[in-house]
Amino acid sequence: MWAWMKRCLLVFWHTLRRPSVHYSLGFLTLGGFLAGVLFWGAFNTALEATNTERFCTSCHEMRDNVFQELKTTIHYSNRSGVRATCPDCHVPHNWTDKIARKMQASKEVWGKIFGTIDTREKFLDERLVLAEHEWARLKANDSLECRNCHNYASMDLTRQSPRSASIHKRWLGTGEKTCIDCHKGIAHHLPDMKGIPQG
Amino acid sequence: MSNTSRFVASAVVVLALASVLAFVASHRKAGPTGAAQEAAAPAASVAAPAPRPAVAVVPAGSGLDAIRRGAELDKEIAPPPMARVENTDIRRNRAYPMQPPTIPHSIDNYQIDRNSNRCMLCHARANADKFQAPPVSVTHYMDRDDQFLATISPRRYFCNQCHVVQTDAQPLVANGFKDIDTVLSEPNKAN
Ligand code: HEC
Ligand code: HEC
Ligand code: HEC
Ligand code: HEC
Ligand code: HEC
Repeated sequence: MWAWMKRCLLVFWHTLRRPSVHYSLGFLTLGGFLAGVLFWGAFNTALEATNTERFCTSCHEMRDNVFQELKTTIHYSNRSGVRATCPDCHVPHNWTDKIARKMQASKEVWGKIFGTIDTREKFLDERLVLAEHEWARLKANDSLECRNCHNYASMDLTRQSPRSASIHKRWLGTGEKTCIDCHKGIAHHLPDMKGIPQG
Repeated sequence: MSNTSRFVASAVVVLALASVLAFVASHRKAGPTGAAQEAAAPAASVAAPAPRPAVAVVPAGSGLDAIRRGAELDKEIAPPPMARVENTDIRRNRAYPMQPPTIPHSIDNYQIDRNSNRCMLCHARANADKFQAPPVSVTHYMDRDDQFLATISPRRYFCNQCHVVQTDAQPLVANGFKDIDTVLSEPNKAN
């Protein structure tokens, strides 16, 4: 068995090292290019497929906890019928950040496989930690994901309630605070907030 | 064909196959399995009706039947338009000094539980400057022996026990309450 595998590997290695005999460089380049395109396409398609709410809520940890809570909020159902899905708020749009976030999210998938959050109780115990990651991320990028949809420059403050308008003008207009400072818990229930500053 | 070219050819084929498989797999994931969830989603269930002028829904003299709005027992009637929460941010009068003031703003989805109290984000003593909300009065820090606690008293924690929003619904039962100023200013009938 081992000898056979070694032989295979050796053949592979030699093949890789030897220049091609029968096919033109052009063919090989083109072939490589096509394979590359196919691979890239598949990679990105797989990425897109995991970038949907269906995927996010296909495991029960997310479906039974955070998704149920999202359903009662304005980001699930509202008068204008525009929805915010999980990736809208949780996955950055630019590619490098997206991959970085995906790798981080793999940790949560890891958590699922090894049962770190596989019951409601365990999830609640871990919740503060998970939430703090999100707050830190949104704080660091000035609530970029919120701003992909909500733009202060496009907010008609006269159409907001006086309470919202005055607060936004004072804190958002001046850039002193960002969305997540005041809008924690906008999509899910908050964990125990003792000692965590809000607003 | 030499060993080399056979190998390269098969490598390309394998790669292509893998990509196609991944492509198909991801499409299937996004496909029919999702349909069930889609169906479960409410179709804009709570779309608010267009604003209507407030009209009295209580027929005169229907008395206690106000809840059925005068309809006979075996008749179905169209439900009245859903009432909307008044979100004017204009503080209302209190009918008497000890009345818990009604809430002049909407409180949709404010979380009040063991973990967090959204009301106290704005109504806490320490946040008055930030949100320009009236801080809860000192009574909210008192326990039942009139001792002042450092944080909000447990018996005042659940604000909605006492404070409620107002809607534009028509009252079902008329209210003849007169506040003390009205009573005091009424001409004294006894003399
Ligand atoms: C996919 C786009 C999208 C993203 C991303 C998004 N929102 Fe929203 N948000 C909406 C829509 C649509 C509404 C409802 C507008 C309406 O109909 O009034 C809304 C409403 C709101 C409201 C109003 C709540 C109310 O009760 O009136 C707040 C606050 C809010 N979003 C905050 C946030 C914050 C904070 C984030 C980032 C964590 C965020 N949003 C991300 C689309 C989005
Ligand atoms: C200094 C705190 C603060 C910051 C920063 C802030 N908000 Fe708000 N926002 C509020 C408060 C307070 C309200 C009042 C309503 C409520 O809390 O439900 C509000 C209300 C809203 C509403 C509903 C407006 C209405 O009257 O219908 C939206 C939408 C909203 N915020 C979006 C955002 C977004 C997006 C950002 C970041 C770009 C942001 N807010 C940043 C405090 C803040
Ligand atoms: C409107 C933006 C928004 C949407 C949509 C949204 N989230 Fe979140 N999510 C947040 C924010 C903000 C936090 C940080 C904690 C908080 O403030 O509640 C968070 C936190 C989380 C956490 C950490 C645990 C916790 O509850 O704090 C998980 C897990 C999570 N979200 C999963 C999801 C999934 C799955 C979906 C889709 C069903 C989703 N989120 C949709 C904004 C959003
Ligand atoms: C975003 C900040 C904010 C939050 C959260 C908030 N309020 Fe207020 N509240 C205000 C402001 C500001 C006022 C002053 C009037 C106005 O602008 O609406 C006010 C006024 C009031 C008043 C009227 C006080 C008076 O003397 O007439 C009551 C009662 C009240 N709020 C109760 C609540 C309750 C109960 C909650 C939680 C369910 C709550 N508030 C959450 C900001 C807030
Ligand atoms: C047991 C009933 C009760 C509960 C619970 C309660 N309040 Fe009150 N609240 C009152 C009464 C009565 C008054 C008016 C007399 C007073 O100030 O004590 C009042 C007054 C207020 C005022 C006006 C204060 C002022 O000085 O004008 C605010 C704001 C307020 N409450 C907010 C809250 C908030 C926020 C909560 C939840 C954390 C809450 N209340 C819980 C009964 C209650």
